[in-house]
Amino acid sequence: MTRLIYEFTESFRIAFAQIRANTMRSILTALGVIIGIVAVTLMGTAINGIDIGFQQSLAMLGDDVLYVQKWPWHNVDDWWNYQNRPAIRTEIADQLNRVIEQTPNSLLEIAVPVAGRNGSVKAGQNSVSGVMIFGTTADYSRITTTEIAEGRLFNEVEANAGRQIAVLGSTVSEQLFPGRSPLDQIVDIRGQHFTVIGTLAKQGDFLGIFSFDNQVIVPLNAMRKYYGNRMGVDVRVKVRDKTKLTQAEDELTGAMRRVRAQLPAERDNFSINEQQAFKEQLDPVKKGIAFAGLFITGLALFVGAIGIMNITFVSVKERTKEIGTRKALGARRFTILLQFLIEAVSISLIGGIVGLLLTYGLCMGIKTAMPALPVEFSYGLVIISMVVSIITGIVSGFAPAWGASRLDPVVALRYE
Amino acid sequence: MIPPTVSRSAARAVRPPGALVIEIEGVTKLYKMGTEIIHALRGVSLNIRRNEYLAIMGPSGSGKSTMMNMLGCLDTPTAGRYEFSGKNVAHMIDDELAEIRNREIGFVFQTFNLLPRSDALHNVELPLIYAGMSPHDRRERALLALNNVGLGDRIHHRPNELSGGQRQRVAIARALVNNPSIILADEPTGNLDSRTGEEIMALFEQLYEQGNTIIVVTHEEDIARHARRVVRLRDGLIESDGPID
Repeated sequence: MTRLIYEFTESFRIAFAQIRANTMRSILTALGVIIGIVAVTLMGTAINGIDIGFQQSLAMLGDDVLYVQKWPWHNVDDWWNYQNRPAIRTEIADQLNRVIEQTPNSLLEIAVPVAGRNGSVKAGQNSVSGVMIFGTTADYSRITTTEIAEGRLFNEVEANAGRQIAVLGSTVSEQLFPGRSPLDQIVDIRGQHFTVIGTLAKQGDFLGIFSFDNQVIVPLNAMRKYYGNRMGVDVRVKVRDKTKLTQAEDELTGAMRRVRAQLPAERDNFSINEQQAFKEQLDPVKKGIAFAGLFITGLALFVGAIGIMNITFVSVKERTKEIGTRKALGARRFTILLQFLIEAVSISLIGGIVGLLLTYGLCMGIKTAMPALPVEFSYGLVIISMVVSIITGIVSGFAPAWGASRLDPVVALRYE
Repeated sequence: MIPPTVSRSAARAVRPPGALVIEIEGVTKLYKMGTEIIHALRGVSLNIRRNEYLAIMGPSGSGKSTMMNMLGCLDTPTAGRYEFSGKNVAHMIDDELAEIRNREIGFVFQTFNLLPRSDALHNVELPLIYAGMSPHDRRERALLALNNVGLGDRIHHRPNELSGGQRQRVAIARALVNNPSIILADEPTGNLDSRTGEEIMALFEQLYEQGNTIIVVTHEEDIARHARRVVRLRDGLIESDGPID
């Protein structure tokens, strides 16, 4: 055992003497590993970032909210079966709330109608287009995860009266009223004047597809005046206990069928969506990206590994006579194997450490230069890349080291 | 069995040989070179006792190198019996032979074979590392061995900072450091000028007087003359074995 420790320290000593003696060669070999590790770890940070982005976006949907909608969130092939479903109308929310009240120990808390329309919003010379204009009731405050930055949301009286008041998303607010408070200002939403009573806190993108900050919330009854009574909406239903989401979903399905007075044999003519379904949709995509990305960057690391294998072969060849001498002095096969493996691992590990530092620097740089890009350096990455570089060293150093350990001492001693 | 011999030379004392160290009987060695089979040794028998000073001589192709590799446990015989300190080494595997080389044999090579990037001290410590000795004991033993060959003031010099003679002294210190049963020197003066060569041979003489067993493989009569017994090989057979002249 102690002999093993001495042989280990001796091997490290030799490895570092060897690296010092062949500085240029070692740097070039390590460079292969550095490039490989940078590629793999950068890809790792990107995957990490995408993952965190997904989580954040999904959190915006609310993990305790079910969405009653005409269409499901997953792709359907038989779209015609969905096309003919009746639209979800605002009354459904009231009807659902009545059913929820009548149900003892209901897992559902409240149903809130939310209508969404695209439009542009103006104030004076400033204009923002492509804004999501949401019409909802005062109960919206009970289901949303968004915080109010300034002002307030409308109350029940205002909502029921359909007053022309609005709460602006942070992007809308910043673009219409740069550098000043939008409170009590008038905005023009599709030709109608609304008074700003509040702004929402910044939320960010949803999967980079659209911005939650590019929205305006108005009373549903105000919106109805211009879009008509029979306008389609989503009904968002808050669940009391998010650990019982599946049961809550079943209850909601039952409640909807009652509201719609569907016969037992009929198929549901509505869809209940939840963020989990979204996640299930996105997970394979995410995994696909991760797999492809790691595979391609893994090739760079593989080239680095070949570099190490090559240099270890050269090192063994150059030092054949030394191997012979060591064997004559009593080095066993394992000792020689260890010596060259440690040499390969040392170069690989140095490459790994330098590569990791570079990645860390690059991540910090990208984060400050382009905050929108999802890169996230994690400490798990440190451990993984160290393990990967050690394994790379062992795998690529093994064949030459094994060859060295099996050399015949007589032949090795005679080698010039 | 060949009885130990006594030199008639009064000037050089022959120390009484001790127990049997090496016992070789009917050893043959074949090499395959392509389709051709080379008989390097054709049946050799030889006994070496503790504290003998032996020279193995022979022209090239006589089997001298093969004999040395065999004696040094670097190679195993094709057939025959080879016992080292009572242990049969003829059928040992690589790692067992490494163990024997480490503990029982001190090698001195013609080309010194020092590690170029290590200082004298570390070179001498090397066999002790493989023996699993602690760094402290290693250093102590290596210093002692270097002092013994007169290089106590050169311990931190690297081989390229030492003269040829000094390099061979480091190699001899390395051979001695693990207290081996035999010191096996292959043309130890082959890369040295004659004056330095004589100094090295004087060192061997001194080591012999201290009780070491020395085997020198050489083709030079002048070198062989230092030994007390000479074994001459020719065509893979022992031609003669006896005291020098």
